[in-house]
Amino acid sequence: MSDKKRVIMLGNEAIARGAYEAGVKVSAAYPGTPSTEISEYLVQYKDDLYCEWSPNEKVATEVAIGASVSGVRAMSCMKHVGFNVAADPAYTVSYMGVNGGLVIVVADDPGLYSSQNEQDTRMAARAAQLPVLEPSDSSEAKEFMKLAFELSEQFDRPFVFRTTTRLAHSQGVVELGERRKIVDKPYEKNIRRTVMMPANAKLRHVEIEKKNLELAMAANTLAVNRVEMKDTKIGVITSGIPYQYVKEALPEASVLKLGMVNPLPKNLIKEFASKVEKLYIVEELDPVIEEQVKSWGVEAAGKELFTVQGEYSANMIRRAILREEPDIAVPAKVPVRPPILCPGCPHRSVYYVVKKLNLHVAGDIGCYTLGAVAPLCVVDTTICMGASISSLHGMEKAKGKDYIKNWVAAIGDSTFLHTGVNSLMNMVYNNGTGTVLILDNSTTGMTGHQDHAATGRTLQGDPTYAIDIPALCRSIGVKNVTEVNAFDLEALERVIREETAKDEVSVIITKTPCVLLSKGKKPLYTACEDKCKKCGMCMKPGCPAMTKRENGTIRIDDTMCTGCGLCKDLCKFGAIELVKAGDR
Amino acid sequence: MAVKNIMIVGVGGQGTLLTSRILGGLATAGGYDVKLSEVHGMAQRGGSVVTFVRYGEKVAEPIVEEGQADVLIAFERLEALRYAHFLKKDGAMIVNDWRIDPIPVVIGAAEYPEGIIETLKKDHKVYTVDATEESKKLGNPRVFNLIVLGIAAQHMDFTKEEWYDVIERTVPPKTIEINKKAFDVGYHLV
Repeated sequence: MSDKKRVIMLGNEAIARGAYEAGVKVSAAYPGTPSTEISEYLVQYKDDLYCEWSPNEKVATEVAIGASVSGVRAMSCMKHVGFNVAADPAYTVSYMGVNGGLVIVVADDPGLYSSQNEQDTRMAARAAQLPVLEPSDSSEAKEFMKLAFELSEQFDRPFVFRTTTRLAHSQGVVELGERRKIVDKPYEKNIRRTVMMPANAKLRHVEIEKKNLELAMAANTLAVNRVEMKDTKIGVITSGIPYQYVKEALPEASVLKLGMVNPLPKNLIKEFASKVEKLYIVEELDPVIEEQVKSWGVEAAGKELFTVQGEYSANMIRRAILREEPDIAVPAKVPVRPPILCPGCPHRSVYYVVKKLNLHVAGDIGCYTLGAVAPLCVVDTTICMGASISSLHGMEKAKGKDYIKNWVAAIGDSTFLHTGVNSLMNMVYNNGTGTVLILDNSTTGMTGHQDHAATGRTLQGDPTYAIDIPALCRSIGVKNVTEVNAFDLEALERVIREETAKDEVSVIITKTPCVLLSKGKKPLYTACEDKCKKCGMCMKPGCPAMTKRENGTIRIDDTMCTGCGLCKDLCKFGAIELVKAGDR
Repeated sequence: MAVKNIMIVGVGGQGTLLTSRILGGLATAGGYDVKLSEVHGMAQRGGSVVTFVRYGEKVAEPIVEEGQADVLIAFERLEALRYAHFLKKDGAMIVNDWRIDPIPVVIGAAEYPEGIIETLKKDHKVYTVDATEESKKLGNPRVFNLIVLGIAAQHMDFTKEEWYDVIERTVPPKTIEINKKAFDVGYHLV
């Protein structure tokens, strides 16, 4: 073992460390599981680099591109669906190439732990003709980041750095290195390279095809594309986290482990294939490697044995390749435990009123998506960031303004600033009349409380102007902007009734901070057994701190209750009593 | 040594992340190769949460698969039952004898299983503790994880001093003493 400092790091932390050691100077990102922690770890190096939360992934990637054009190493980070938002700059910067090294870190989510789809970034990167590196543990995550910047500059290509949830959120041992001193490159005006109008882009397209071919040739001898020759009966081509499952299940097999998954090292793969009796390709999600390899006339088994869905495992490989059935006990049949809104969540209170008024909800991406879960079941649609407002507008244009009188759009503050504000502009511009609830909890909640443009603080912890969301809505032409406390049931009901009845766009902002952010002392409530009439009103919002005693009366779990008082407000019999007042 | 497989299961928000960090720090300090797999994001919102910790000479995959766990640490008993089939035949299970109703139970769509501990004891070595109550006695119900870890420590390969070291390095400075106390409670229960 070397004498370098050995620490255990989350995949995302290792990516941040790798960026630091690579001499990155600018990083921009929008939070998204499983990529969020990269920026949160990167900020510890703020004396040496700049990092920010941008309002969305397109902006973040453009910030990184600008930094690269100016001549420094730069990156943007996002989850897989964020890459769709960033696709516009990404596809074109692919033509431009780089000045300072440029890396777009994209985290896929096989198994959909926290996402709305299971798309494979390798597919998108191929479409954008962007080269892709993919590490298989924390140690590689750090080293590959450094390699990505080197290759980016050497081959004049922006790189995609692909991870998955399992890589991003697993920890492994890493040896720390020093930060490289990278001298800023000068910026030299070169319109043909950096102004992507047709005549220039046409020439750049030719150029990047050449560069990609050079890179594909170099891939054959790149150290991260590694052959581990053992028994030749079974040969496996794999990359990323599935490599670890292969090593676990088939320790004696020969393996071609790809660190660069686009472009593929054609000669190396053909040579490896010729040396093994039976070739398998083990890759999570889409058959990206497999289809290319098969198109070269190489015989291999892949998705006929493996699924395109979810995560793999060593047992899955044992079953598929070795035809071994591991001796596993039958799992017990138990009730599922899906994620839910936290006890004291302000969204629960708002949704309770929306449900009471029998309204449909065009939903969005955030904790409040969980309003679709029983017992609330109030959310009708969830598509992508910002789609609540625009899809509600589409319904109105399809079926008329009266049709959407019993609909609202529901969107969080961070998501509103991400892309929702465009949709609201559209609603105003095209004479819509929809009602939009901005569930403003003063943070980016689901990803673990990141600042955004309306919180008054940057990623680096500096105070800044907090965008005034009501004023923003008014300035784009919304005449009806109302602010309500999320726990004021009476006001909420009245305002939602009034605003949905109007033939104009309305925005209702329910401004109450996320319960997990509140530091104040919690009030303590108890459910009084003799006063409880077992009517079930307090159970309607589905608070997990409420349970029933054997006799059917209500009990409040004091380890979970946060003292929001919603149940107390719903009890007509005064059975829920304040035991100890708090700060809220 | 053969790779040791530990699982921590519980309900999102119960502090499985802190616990896994303690175990990860412990195994790293012990000079082992270590891999851990955690759950962040949506699943943390009150959902079923599982964390894997593996350490040994060389660790490949970061997850523990069915039938492979040497130690299963459960912060809630329904979650212990949910993941019991991950335990090796001679593995040890440490269960916080505490109930948190999942939403299907809260709304009456499902029943919380009766007699979980008895069911588990039929096939496994099970150690139980009402750590939530025990930690309330210590004055901080949030340190219950360390009580459970204290018991688990008896089934792992580290000295009490090594545990103290990692607790000191991992928990917020103000809570070091109470966390060590909680650890002791569990450590001496067995």
